[in-house]
Amino acid sequence: MPLELEVSPYHYSQVNRILREAIEKGERELVLRGVNGHRYLLAGVSQSVRVEIYGTPGLDLGAFMRGPEIRVYGNVQDGAGNTMDEGKIIVHGMAGDVVGYAMRGGKIHIYGDVGYRVGIHMKAYMQKIPVIVIGGKAGDFLGEYMAGGVIILLGMNSNYPERPLAGLFLGTGMHGGAIYVRGKVKESQLGAGLKPYPLETEDEKILETHLKDYCEDFGLNLSDVLKEDFLKIIPYTHRPYGKLYAY
Amino acid sequence: MWNLTTLGREVSGCGISGIIHRKGEPISGQMIIKSICCQYERGNGLGAGFAAYGIYPDFKDYYALHVMAQSKEALEKVEDFLQRRTFLTFQEPIPTRKVKTIHNPPLFKRYFVKPRVEGEESCGLFAEEEQMVQIVMEINEKIEGAYVISSGKNMGAFKGVGFPDEIAEFFRVDEYRAYIWTAHNRFPTNTPGWWGGAHPFTLLDWSIVHNGEISSYGTNRRYLELFGYKCTLLTDTEVVAYALDLLIRKLGLPLELACKAMAPPFWMEIDEMEEEERELYSALRILYGGAVLNGPFAILFAYNGGLVGLNDRVKLRPLVAASKGDLYFMGSEEAAIRSICPDPERVWAPKAGEPVIIEMEEGAIPNQKSYLKVRPKEVREDALRIRSIPLSLFTS
Repeated sequence: MPLELEVSPYHYSQVNRILREAIEKGERELVLRGVNGHRYLLAGVSQSVRVEIYGTPGLDLGAFMRGPEIRVYGNVQDGAGNTMDEGKIIVHGMAGDVVGYAMRGGKIHIYGDVGYRVGIHMKAYMQKIPVIVIGGKAGDFLGEYMAGGVIILLGMNSNYPERPLAGLFLGTGMHGGAIYVRGKVKESQLGAGLKPYPLETEDEKILETHLKDYCEDFGLNLSDVLKEDFLKIIPYTHRPYGKLYAY
Repeated sequence: MWNLTTLGREVSGCGISGIIHRKGEPISGQMIIKSICCQYERGNGLGAGFAAYGIYPDFKDYYALHVMAQSKEALEKVEDFLQRRTFLTFQEPIPTRKVKTIHNPPLFKRYFVKPRVEGEESCGLFAEEEQMVQIVMEINEKIEGAYVISSGKNMGAFKGVGFPDEIAEFFRVDEYRAYIWTAHNRFPTNTPGWWGGAHPFTLLDWSIVHNGEISSYGTNRRYLELFGYKCTLLTDTEVVAYALDLLIRKLGLPLELACKAMAPPFWMEIDEMEEEERELYSALRILYGGAVLNGPFAILFAYNGGLVGLNDRVKLRPLVAASKGDLYFMGSEEAAIRSICPDPERVWAPKAGEPVIIEMEEGAIPNQKSYLKVRPKEVREDALRIRSIPLSLFTS
């Protein structure tokens, strides 16, 4: 039986204390109800716990975490998955700005749209490859300063029919990792030193692995997602900013 | 009490919240208090404030001057000045409560006035408002230790140094009912908080709450001074209030274009526009360059008839909007909205630089204003009309 908590009467610092104590005592399944604006939930937690959240968690959900799997039935605010290291955040709604900021491992699956600067400063090392999959559309500066990892932008489940798939300055400052886009983006949207490329076999494998997992999380049909062509956006030189300060 | 020489420009990371009822039905102050207090951690106790519209129905045709003063003497000077320059119909102290954590608050009094325009009591709205702007500027600039913190009809600002719950308690905000509310929770990072530096900033019925930093403050200030606006409150947000007044009320720009003048599209975006649009935005950037707000900001501004949310062009501060029926909400965080409306019909994140404009239904409130359309030329003879600028100006 998971531990169920109604957190609406409590300040976030109290909720986090209760969560930590419960996890310390060996609780591995938690259900939080009445969440609204509670900050830093599960931040820094390194145990493999499964957490269901009902409501709108506050800023920096799962920041620095290393292990938990968080499923949010609602929207997440800014900074979800900030510098997370391992684990997973599954969001059944939409997400705010700077989701996955400096993320270094684990996965973030968003059903709907995301805000600005998602995946900013993402990085990868050896086997640690962070992944963000966005089911809807993204604001400007997606993957800004990205150094590693994978961002997949689907544009399928969006509340904003009038907006473009991705905003301006896509991947500005990006020098590693890859952004996969289902559909097309204009080259004028891309940051300096980036180009869209068609997928290679290796890319298709990566996409299929991640999208299969994504579709399972939301009960979607993988073949529907793969119906359309994807583009891969990467820097076209090894060190696009190598001479920025040395010319 | 206020050693203003030590104060400079303010840089802040704050929380904002706003509510409007499109049919003009009154909303309890308790609602906006709850919403801004949901974002408690966005402030640090150095400033909070509220703007409320529709709170003085008995004096709806008079300008309600909320005056903050350091001393009785300063208030007397204000009163002398008002006797000379306005028809003063009613005055009273602004009701306050004692709050343990608020020490030595300034004096607050409200005056309901109409300006004397060349001795006449009635004149056109534009002339009357011009006169009110002059009166406010003169008090703020010339009467030491006294500031007008709001000056619109049927509205008022309540602000000071403290957390939002403390300021709400102090000014008895829970006892007011308004059809538009905005609120601010301040986190000044560059300057000490002082009562005049709290948000909202106002002029006439414009009120602004702001999260961010107007790094173009100097440019904006010099630009506004050309038109007679005096920046006396030492906080960057003040320029936004005056810029709105200049662009919309004086120069007659439709609201959306005024927002685009303050947060214009990038030239690279303009380059990709269709010809007509490209000319319009080029003109806007050329003509109103001095009004461009640079730096990170999310602002909410209100007037008698509308509530508007606006982000800087690259969305460096958060802003969320939501609606349920005739109620519209905006805030720094979605949670702030859900704390007072758990089940909104629509929640969305406004795009950078694109204003969210919610105007009330026509005829919903007295002295209602609407700025959605270009107003007829006779209303603003000296206005710069963007459509009448010769196209030859834009051959680049």
